[in-house]
Amino acid sequence: MNTFGAKSALLAAAMAGGLAMTTMVPAFAQDETIKVGVLHSLSGTMAISETTLKDTMLFLIDQQNKKGGVLGKQLEAVVVDPASDWPLFAEKARELIEVNGVAAVFGCWTSSSRKSVLPVFEELNSILFYPVQYEGEESQRNVFYTGAAPNQQAIPAVDYLMENEGVERWVLAGTDYVYPQTTNKILEQYLMDKGVAKEDIMINYTPFGHSDWQTIVSDIKTFGSTGKKTAVVSTINGDANVPFYKELANQGIKAEDIPVVAFSVGEEELAGFDTTPLVGHLAAWNYFQSVDVPANAEFISAWQTFMGNPDKVTNDPMEATVIGFNLWVQAVEKAGTTDTDAVLDAIIGLETPNLTGGVAKMLPNHHITKPVLIGEIQADGQFEVVSESELVPGDAWSDFLPESKMIEADWTAPISCGNYNTETKACGGTAM
Amino acid sequence: MNAINLFRTIALFLALMLGATPAAQAQVADAELTVLVDALAPGNFKDREAAIGTLAATGDQRAVPVLEVLLEGELYVDEASGKVVMTAEPGGKGAITDPVTGAELPALTTAGLDKVKVNNGLRRVLRTAIGQMTLLSPDADVRLLAAQSILRDADPAQSKLLDSAIAAETDAAIRRVMEQARAAIVLRSPDAALADWQAAVPVVQAIGGRDAINALTTALNTAPAEVKPLIETALQGLSRDRAVWDVAQNIWFGISLGSVLLLAAIGLAITFGVMGVINMAHGEMVMLGAYTTFVVQEVIRQNAPGLFDWSLAIALPLAFAVTALVGVAIERGIIRFLYGRPLETLLATWGLSLIIQQAVQRIFTANIREVGNPTWMSGSFDLGGLAITWNRFYIVIFAMMVFVALLLVLKYTAIGLHMRAVTQNRRMASAMGIRTPLVDAMTFGLGSGIAGLAGVALSQIGNVSPNLGQGYIIDSFMVVVFGGVGNLWGTLVGALTLGVANKFIEPYFGAVLGKIIILVLIILFIQRRPRGLFALKGRSIEA
Repeated sequence: MNTFGAKSALLAAAMAGGLAMTTMVPAFAQDETIKVGVLHSLSGTMAISETTLKDTMLFLIDQQNKKGGVLGKQLEAVVVDPASDWPLFAEKARELIEVNGVAAVFGCWTSSSRKSVLPVFEELNSILFYPVQYEGEESQRNVFYTGAAPNQQAIPAVDYLMENEGVERWVLAGTDYVYPQTTNKILEQYLMDKGVAKEDIMINYTPFGHSDWQTIVSDIKTFGSTGKKTAVVSTINGDANVPFYKELANQGIKAEDIPVVAFSVGEEELAGFDTTPLVGHLAAWNYFQSVDVPANAEFISAWQTFMGNPDKVTNDPMEATVIGFNLWVQAVEKAGTTDTDAVLDAIIGLETPNLTGGVAKMLPNHHITKPVLIGEIQADGQFEVVSESELVPGDAWSDFLPESKMIEADWTAPISCGNYNTETKACGGTAM
Repeated sequence: MNAINLFRTIALFLALMLGATPAAQAQVADAELTVLVDALAPGNFKDREAAIGTLAATGDQRAVPVLEVLLEGELYVDEASGKVVMTAEPGGKGAITDPVTGAELPALTTAGLDKVKVNNGLRRVLRTAIGQMTLLSPDADVRLLAAQSILRDADPAQSKLLDSAIAAETDAAIRRVMEQARAAIVLRSPDAALADWQAAVPVVQAIGGRDAINALTTALNTAPAEVKPLIETALQGLSRDRAVWDVAQNIWFGISLGSVLLLAAIGLAITFGVMGVINMAHGEMVMLGAYTTFVVQEVIRQNAPGLFDWSLAIALPLAFAVTALVGVAIERGIIRFLYGRPLETLLATWGLSLIIQQAVQRIFTANIREVGNPTWMSGSFDLGGLAITWNRFYIVIFAMMVFVALLLVLKYTAIGLHMRAVTQNRRMASAMGIRTPLVDAMTFGLGSGIAGLAGVALSQIGNVSPNLGQGYIIDSFMVVVFGGVGNLWGTLVGALTLGVANKFIEPYFGAVLGKIIILVLIILFIQRRPRGLFALKGRSIEA
């Protein structure tokens, strides 16, 4: 009897777990709802970052439904868990589109997961909104990139350090995968175009989850002690950041001496740090929670109420999700249908206010306009904005790489191409 | 430490006795100073920089605490009146006081306060300003800090101030720093007299390390032709020293990495090495130890913040207890049914590791949890040309202590004897009256408990998240297999060898390739010596 009890309890637990995998948010009693797919990892390494975006989507859909939904119909979120497993992203995307029949999907974080789902969206002709800053060099007909392209984050950050801190020597440190490598390739070329000598640039890659930073931090210290002002541009991913910053602090590298500007460290990540030794290090984003405008204050308080946690932070990919969602809602209402082709046509040129007082406009290359903000880390884990740019249009193909300089993306007629070669006047200049 | 404290007290006492107040103690009227302090708040960073300059130029010592508070980012401005104020407690809480007079301002509320913002550029300006203003301070510690700040800036504009400070300085150690600062300034002033140059080079050389190399290399371009050979010789000597220290530094990094590996692997050396259980959930025991530290720190933060520096001492026995209990539960609940079936054990423990990870993620969420360093584990100290960080230093010591303690337990205690007896010949041990199931559970509990101890230590250098253990499991197996299964000394030597080898390869090939090279080397080594560095000999290995 005893074993039976234990077994059935296990079975029940397993079933509960299985059910939790595909949660349907209860919709209002209505004949028909519009389904929206949410494709973010809720387990595995990326759960740290992606779980918040799932909650953001539920929050947005809840708010939209309170306003009366879209086209008179209520929205319904279909949440799946691709478990930080890149091939599983493609499977789950297919499930969302074919089985659940969603009108659009909001999801992915890492570039690897995005690359994994691209063929699915193309084949099944559906829409993906991708809310995270990425390496660029891509523009796909079915994907909208609401995060920053390199020219909306990396390049302005480097400009800021050059002009305001007088940096002459550069350490480009990153995790060993596609986003840091492409970004660093663009930055290296950009710095050399600006007259920085090759020996004044140090590039360093580390594995995912790297935890022993002694040698690298000591190398940075040596590299930075030649009398020239040195800065670190960090594309170090996720949880490797904690030991990195700890080692920096312990080896006595202060932000005043060698500032670190990071592209992947936001409010959410800082919640796991004691930020006192980090004060003064920088991050470049298009949104900070600390931006003091009414739209942002309103959003933060609504979000914290929805989550039932007054300490819940907001961050840049959340803002990108908000923008993507609002643009999609507008496009569906303009088109009068959720049909993919109609929405793809309708969305180009639409504008929506962002949360920092500017306007996000969907461009023909499926990227949006964004302001670039540089923030310094404060002792309370928030960022102090020290520089804010005008709205910068996202550039899919970097102008600083010789192989993509002549490529443009334009999804409006007559070009309708994600990689149009302006020299040969032909589509498909470079493999995507 | 005591000697230094005594010395400080004497120095302070002497200073007070002799009434040695520095020469120029400028004072301005309260009202005038208040205007200057209030000017710190409005405008942008550039305006604030100018305001700091004007305030510092008064030389009024009452401005120093204001600037120091501003440097900390704890200076506030009342939004309505524009008055700059200080608060009694950090974070803009507590009683509001006037920065000039120190009087309380009951009319203002903390809700109406705004932080006066500082950025990196301002922090540099502030440090310089404070350094200049406190160079003549009666407090020896403050003077030393000020002298070091001037040395770091090496701004030729400060040479006059520095000269008068050197003339008044009574403390030999501080005077040496000041003289180094003056020499560094000379190297930055191309039109300084030749004799000054020649005198300055050896002084800067004596600073040693990268700072000296740095200053001399920069000076080489502007130095008068006669001094250049002198500088070059000095540089050669310094670089030679540096090269030697770099090797020493690499060895230290290696030992430090090795002791982290040792900590992670030593529990596995018991469960896998001694008992032969392939325990894939070993990393999760480490993770549970780290989370225990987190919970202990949270409880301390909320209930007794004063005990924070003791948090690790409290966490250690708790982490051991928690993970040892979990270990015993795993052994009794799962592993005892699977002895002699390594494949099933591997799968079962791997499944278990996933379950534990998800459970922790459910309870503590997926976010990285903040585990603070106690003050005695923050920062670094210099040992000759080595920069050694305190947290790594204590982890090396701790790893060695755990190793020795484990060795003693196995050698000199009854339970240790039973463990060795059971692993060498289970049936004979059983026949001699040893309760082998109990010993199995105890052994597994001990191995898990030690993994928990490792978790406490690793929470100090890495992050605490549900995936913490995965990062260490492969390395742990590598160390145990490389060192020789069933031999604790092998684990020690294996961990240190891998650590040092890794740190010597990393500077040449980078961290990614370094890891691959190490893995390939281990595979080749295992081909040659399948039983690892220290193979057990005799009948026991056949059992």
